[in-house]
Parts: sequence; C-alpha cells; structure tokens
Amino acid sequence: MQSKGTFFFKGITHLSLIVWTVISIFPLVWMVSTSLKQRNEIFTNRSLIPNNAFNFENYKDAWFQGNFNVYTFNSVLYSVIVVVCVVLFASLASYAIARLDMAGKKVIFLGFMATLMIPIPGAFISIYLVVSNLGLANTRIGYILPLIAAALPVSIFILKTFFDEMSRELEEAAIIDGATSFQIYYRLMLPIARPALATIVILNTLSVWNEFMLALVLFSENRLMPIQMGLSVFVGQYTTQYELLMAASTIMVLPVVLVYIAMQKQFIQGITSGAIKG
Amino acid sequence: MDASSLPSTKGKSYGNRKKIIMRYLNLAYVLPALLLFILFSLLPIIRTVQYSFTNFNGVNPNYDVVGFKNYAAALTDTRWWEAVGNGVIFALLSLVFMNTIALLLSVAANSNIRGGKFYRVVFYIPPILSGIVVGYIWKWIYEPKGLLNGVLRDIGLDHFTHVWLGSIDTALYAVAVSSMWQGVGGSFILFLAGLQGIPKDLYEAASIDGASRSQQLRYITIPSLRKVYTLVNILTILGALGIFNHVYAMTMGGPGYATEVPALRIYREAFTNSDFGMANAFSLIFGIMLFILSLIQLKLSQKKD
Repeated sequence: MQSKGTFFFKGITHLSLIVWTVISIFPLVWMVSTSLKQRNEIFTNRSLIPNNAFNFENYKDAWFQGNFNVYTFNSVLYSVIVVVCVVLFASLASYAIARLDMAGKKVIFLGFMATLMIPIPGAFISIYLVVSNLGLANTRIGYILPLIAAALPVSIFILKTFFDEMSRELEEAAIIDGATSFQIYYRLMLPIARPALATIVILNTLSVWNEFMLALVLFSENRLMPIQMGLSVFVGQYTTQYELLMAASTIMVLPVVLVYIAMQKQFIQGITSGAIKG
Repeated sequence: MDASSLPSTKGKSYGNRKKIIMRYLNLAYVLPALLLFILFSLLPIIRTVQYSFTNFNGVNPNYDVVGFKNYAAALTDTRWWEAVGNGVIFALLSLVFMNTIALLLSVAANSNIRGGKFYRVVFYIPPILSGIVVGYIWKWIYEPKGLLNGVLRDIGLDHFTHVWLGSIDTALYAVAVSSMWQGVGGSFILFLAGLQGIPKDLYEAASIDGASRSQQLRYITIPSLRKVYTLVNILTILGALGIFNHVYAMTMGGPGYATEVPALRIYREAFTNSDFGMANAFSLIFGIMLFILSLIQLKLSQKKD
C-alpha cells in the first residue's frame, strides 16, 4: 500500500513541476514566435511556427525603427557605470563599517538599513524633484546617481555581512607587515570578497537593465533613455505593432536570459542573499 | 591612513590622540556612499514632507504653503482609496495564489526528485525579466483577437471569450495574473532555500524516534520555514502594493480607473495634473502605510522566534 501511495505522490510531484515549467516558458516562446511572423498572420496564425518562413525582417525593423542602437548603448553605459560605482562605494563603506574603528559607524549603518524599508514607489516623485533642483533633470548623471544611491543599502548589507564573518588573522599579519588600512582594503579585502562582489554585480546589473520608473519621470529626450523606454515606440493608442514589439522585447530579454542560464548558480545565490536582509 | 586605524592591534605606544584622529579620518571610506545616501535618499524624504504642504506645480518656483489641505483632500479622495484597494487586491491574490503555488512547487522540487536543479533554473526565468516586457507579452496574450480568446474559440468555448483588459470586471485580475506569473519564481526560490536550510539529520532523528510524516511536517518543516515565510510575505506585499510597470504596460489604469494603483496615481498627479503638492501627500501617506506594514510583519516574525 505504501509504495502505491509514494508512487502516486511522485507522479503528482513530477506533473506539477512539468506543468509549471510549461507555464513559465510558454509566454516567452509565444513572444519569440510572434516576433518571427508576418504582420498579416499574427492575429490569425496561432501555431508557434510562422506560416511561410521565419520573418527575421522584424528584428531589423524593430532595431532601426526603435532606434535600439541608441537605447542599447545607453543601457549598457548606465549598467556599467552604476555597477562599478556601487561596487566601489559599497565595498569601501562596508569595509570601514565592519573592520575599522570609525566614528559614528553604528548610526551610519542604521541609516543605510532604514532606507531598505522605504519603497521606491513612494519616493520617485521626490527623487525627481531633488534631481531637477540640482539642475540634473534630463541628464545622464541625474539618472545614474539616484540609481547608485538606491542600490547602496542592499549592497552594503551583503558586503558588511561578508566582512563581519572573516577571521582577523590575515588582517593582523598584514598589519605586522606594515600595511595601511587602505592597502588592506585593496590588496586583501577586495580579492577575498569576490563572491559577494559577484552577487552585487549580478543583482545591480539586472535591476539597472530592467529599470523603467525613474527613467520615465527623469527623461524627456529619447537620446538619453534606457532600453526599457524604447519599447513604447511600437505601442500606439489604437494599434500596437505586436510583431515589432515582440521582436524588440526578444532583443532585450535574450541577453539577460542567456547570461542567466550561463551563470544561474551565482544569480540564484545573489537573489537569495539579496532578499534575506534582516 | 595607517595600521593604527585598526582597532585593538598594537599597544598604547601610538597614543590615544592618533587613534581618535583615525576614527574621524576613516570616515573618508564611507564618504561617497554617505553623500549619495544623503542627497538621494534622505533629502528626497525631507522634500516629500515639505512639498506635501504646498501647492507646488513642479515648475513655478512661486508656490504657497497650504497647510494640511492636500492631506485632507487625499484622505477623502475615493479614487485614491480605490487605487490603494486595487493594490490590496493584488497583494491578497499574491499572498493566496502566488505564494501557495510557490510553496507547493518548492516542496515538490525539494523532494529528491530527478531534475530538481533544472526546475530551479527554469522557474526563476520570469523574475529576471522586466515588468514592462512581461506586461507587453501578456497584453498581447489578452488582446481581443489574441492568443487566449483564440484558443478558447479553437476548443469551442466561444462563450468564454472576453475583452480581458478592456472590461471593468476582468482587467484587474488579468493584470494580477501577469504579475503573479512573474512573481512565483521569486517566492519559490526563497521557500526552496528555506527548505534546503533544514538539517537532514533532524528528519533522520525524528523518524528513528518514530515520528510520522505529518508529525515531521508539523514539528520540523513548518517551524523552520516560518522565518522565510515572513520574509516572502513582506516582499510579496511590498511588491504587490508598489506595482507600476505591469499596469503601465497593460492598461495605464484603465478601463476608467479599474486598474489604477497607488504608484500610477502618484505619477499622474504629478505629471498629468501638475499637482506636486498632492502627489507628495499621496507619496507620504503611501510610504508610511508600507513602512508600518513591514514593521508589523517584522514584529510578528520576531515574536515567534
């Protein structure tokens, strides 16, 4: 009897996992499928395979009509700058908070952690106002700086936890050799913290690449907008060019999914350690 | 900066004064992060409070202080509370359906099954996409002549075809489905991490002691998952109440205001109605609501530990 029950449970388990696999993937398959169809068949042909031939023209049209060279360049630029700055600033700050004798470090750390509780949707209007007060509305720097600031609390939390758990021995050996605290940071701490830094790079690259809300309120010039804003070109008030919209979406999603599959271990580690924040 | 900036390493030969100076010089390490934090996290909060008491229109530097007028208007604004209500519906649906699906899947994937790793990787694909892309894909599925209605027609269920995003009775739920589809993977990963964090020998010891499957579930699995459960709930509630991208891509709050959510209302109040005073009052009310919610959740979780 027992083996029959186990067999039944195994079946249900497998089935549910397979069903959700299909549900997870299907909308993306549908996106790619639509992106390869002719305009006149997208509403009539519900097969995943296009009627005649794969219509790769959509990708060319989406790329050029949507000015995607501009948007892609912008998004890559924003991601690189934000991530480099976050890694640098967060590692410096969390090293000092975790390892050095520094005035007011408890208050500073608490301040950072308090903003973890403040949700972006409640804050984007005032961020816009501060940025425009500084004369930075509709500039690249006015977009980059708030994104760095928003990324710092989680990153500092992850790195501080990492540095807290390190043993003192290496550090003490370096001090006896006469290393300064900055040399210890640069030569010892940064290399050791590589796994935590990888997490931060992944988390923040993803969130900058996917960022939309702040870009929407800050930018009025197309030449500065990131890739998420580029999609709206194909969405009209009355008709939406879905074959181009789906081609553009595929262009945006594909690198993310490929990088994710290549580095899924670090990704998932990053997400779980980023979420578990106190 | 030198070695004496590190605590408790060398004797007192360097003297206390140098140590005290280092305590302040070390602030240089946090300076870049601190400056950005003050400028773009702290200052915006202060600005929100300030502007919420004015009739600032976003452009004209000459504005008046209007006292609590914006708050009085906000608190009695039914459209605002309907938007909050929509957020609450998203949150409740996600807590019930999204997290239940995620929990069941995580239990399934944790049961020593072949391909467990594969499922973990696949289920986390939707969460890495942007809300905008997810919104557009589902908008395409929901089109009057789109995939969903087409399939219904193909299998002879013409009766059930519907203008999913265009009618008041279904639009909100249609948007919720898209955001829950995306969110299952996130909750799943956290539940799974929680399940895998339970030491295996706990179960072995329990079964040697003769504990049944259901007893093991009750005395080992559920208590161990409680902390993760609280975390997932906080993230789910904050995420659902703060939803913006899906709504922006799919309905822009329509039809009428049937799918309007707090973030969208705040956005429109500022940039469509040019009423930054009101937008900031909404922001503050909303921010305080979310803050209190996460505090309550945190308190609840600590109590149980």
